[in-house]
Amino acid sequence: MRIEAIFLLGVGIFFGAVGLIYWFLSYEDGGFLMLIGTCALGLLPGLYYYYWHRRFRGSKFFFWGTLDKAVGDRPEDRADATIREGAGVINSFPGSSVWPFTLGMGAFLSVLALVFGIWLLIPGVALLIGALVGVTAESRRGGHV
Amino acid sequence: MMTDVINPPITVPGSAGGIRVPDVHDGHDGRPHEHHGPSGILKWLTTTDHKIIGLSYMITSLALFYVAGIMALGIRVQLATPDGSFVSFQQYNELFTMHGSLMLYLFAGPFAFGGLANYIIPLQVGAPDMAFPRLNALSYWLYLTGSITMLLGFIVAGGAADFGWVAYAPLSSSIFTPGAGADVWIMALALTGFSAIFTGVNLVGTIFYLRAPGMTMFRMPIFTWNMLVTGILILIAFPVLTSALIMLFCDRHFGTHIYDVVGCTTLANPGVTTPSACGSPVLWQNLFWFFGHPEVYILALPYFGIATEIIPVFSRKPVFGYKGMVFATMSIAALSTGVWAHHMFTTGVVLLPFFSLLSLLIAVPTGIKFFNWIGTMWRGQLQFKTPMLFCIGFLLAFLMGGVTGVMLAAPPIDFFTHDTYFVVAHFHQVLFGTAVFAGFAGLYFWYPKMFGRMLNDHLGKWHFWLMFIGFWVTFMPQYIVGLKGMPRRVATYPSDLGWQGYNIISTVGAFIIAASFAVLLVNLWISWRRPVPAGDNPWDGHALEWFTTSPPPHHNFTHLPPIRSERPTWDYNHPDHPALHHGPKPPSGPRGDGGGERERVPVG
Repeated sequence: MRIEAIFLLGVGIFFGAVGLIYWFLSYEDGGFLMLIGTCALGLLPGLYYYYWHRRFRGSKFFFWGTLDKAVGDRPEDRADATIREGAGVINSFPGSSVWPFTLGMGAFLSVLALVFGIWLLIPGVALLIGALVGVTAESRRGGHV
Repeated sequence: MMTDVINPPITVPGSAGGIRVPDVHDGHDGRPHEHHGPSGILKWLTTTDHKIIGLSYMITSLALFYVAGIMALGIRVQLATPDGSFVSFQQYNELFTMHGSLMLYLFAGPFAFGGLANYIIPLQVGAPDMAFPRLNALSYWLYLTGSITMLLGFIVAGGAADFGWVAYAPLSSSIFTPGAGADVWIMALALTGFSAIFTGVNLVGTIFYLRAPGMTMFRMPIFTWNMLVTGILILIAFPVLTSALIMLFCDRHFGTHIYDVVGCTTLANPGVTTPSACGSPVLWQNLFWFFGHPEVYILALPYFGIATEIIPVFSRKPVFGYKGMVFATMSIAALSTGVWAHHMFTTGVVLLPFFSLLSLLIAVPTGIKFFNWIGTMWRGQLQFKTPMLFCIGFLLAFLMGGVTGVMLAAPPIDFFTHDTYFVVAHFHQVLFGTAVFAGFAGLYFWYPKMFGRMLNDHLGKWHFWLMFIGFWVTFMPQYIVGLKGMPRRVATYPSDLGWQGYNIISTVGAFIIAASFAVLLVNLWISWRRPVPAGDNPWDGHALEWFTTSPPPHHNFTHLPPIRSERPTWDYNHPDHPALHHGPKPPSGPRGDGGGERERVPVG
């Protein structure tokens, strides 16, 4: 996770620096805010990944404290890992699901309602809510139809 | 010596002896599983398989590409004569708006990150599917419905949107562009914007979490790297567009004055125009281009990645300067987010030195990429198959577009050429070079993987040469006529300025390009009617997608080779010529996967 973390932290640091330079050169608030938003987009997940990278390596909190047992890097982060090390269930992948289609149609009707008539919101929102309930229930049942 | 392969990576849930379990749903009998879900149209509607979703994306975006291409022919027919009457002024505005919108929002981006990347990325990292399969399916449905919404513009009263693909305020306000056409355009982009954001999340999630053991970040194929960077760029850029569009919609219908400059009133004095209540049209340009310029690279980086996959395979060499390519991609993406206002030089309210400097700097990492592409081909055993020809066409086209881009990054030249056909020729060369040349290189390259059958190489070369000639014939005259002062977005022009000759040549070129795409249709038809089996690895490819069957089984892999370089399939098939090693040197001693302590030497 080290490279992933550094990659995202790099996004944050770069755009933080560019944002500050831009602000002090131009005092233009729109661009400054977008650059700082981009900085946060890199820093927030970057710090999360770096936290877990340090946890895997045995630190309790970034550079402070020591865990009793270090898990070690993930197999996909080690150059010498074997395919065998990826053993076990890696995730639950749904075979097929009707809910993404339903959700998409709900979103479709809902945005058309804003153009063609608010009555379209009735089927649109019904589909959206139905699909959200459906997809949640499907996840709780085990991730597939 | 052949290295052994762990086989099969399928087991029942919770079994300790398993290797990788792509699915808990099927495969209970321990055999490589086929999908047991619904069939026919229901299968398409309910699928969460990244391969079917990727193909759906590609077919939809290709259909829209043809539609937008026909619109381009309409534009060129209109401009072939000074006082063209092929379409009315209103229809002409609709044509160029919808041509740009379809090509940029609905073809070039989705074809790459929704189609090719969706299909190829899980294969290249050794994953069974995308990280969030249902979100992936939702992305496609939002994209399809968004595309339908945009096309609905042609059947609503008042016609489709006609304010250009950039929808500048205040032209896009409800006063200057009334009617439902603009509204469906906004809503279409809201839908496809969310679709792109979800795909971006999926790409980043898949690359961060679903790589096969040993597939370290610096062993990922360059295409995967580029899609990771593209995914981050999507997450930076698209939310800005979506929020800007929602604000535009509020301006049009809910009485806000975010971009409005006409008829600004306050709630306290609804009948009185209050100038201080007006919004800022330049804010729209800032927001739009903060999306728009990264978008250009969202459209370019995947195609750079495609070229970087194809050129080494047909040069019989590893890619030259792997890490240089990765860092160049990152630099391009980083810089591209700080150059948005170079589209706004002539507004007079932007910081010229800042945006000019960053724009010029992009040429450096792009130059590194060119150097590395040429370095990859240098002294290689070049095979001029169709995908390779398209890649070379891409290099030439993008070089020309890039050089004129550097010119436009200089404000004095931009002031002179802004809103002329010089700019039109520049961005068409950039985008046609990437999305079309490299995009169709990718199609010819990965088509055998997707369908298990070849496309005809002879017809592919016809396609290439017609398109290559048509491309230069279409766009080079536009540079000249632009420098002579012809403005963009005009349906007619004076006959005494000497512009007609260039326009006629350009129109002829456009029809040559159209002919080349007729050849592609013939090629697809022949491949469909008289299939030539491709085998699993027809090009002797390098990355993991060439290790599995063509087309790949449900959940992609029944077994995986040891991953010891960025070319695991090549290493497996050519144990005497492994790729250059990247990353920390593996520890010595016997290893279970037979990865071997081979001497790692460069080949080529």
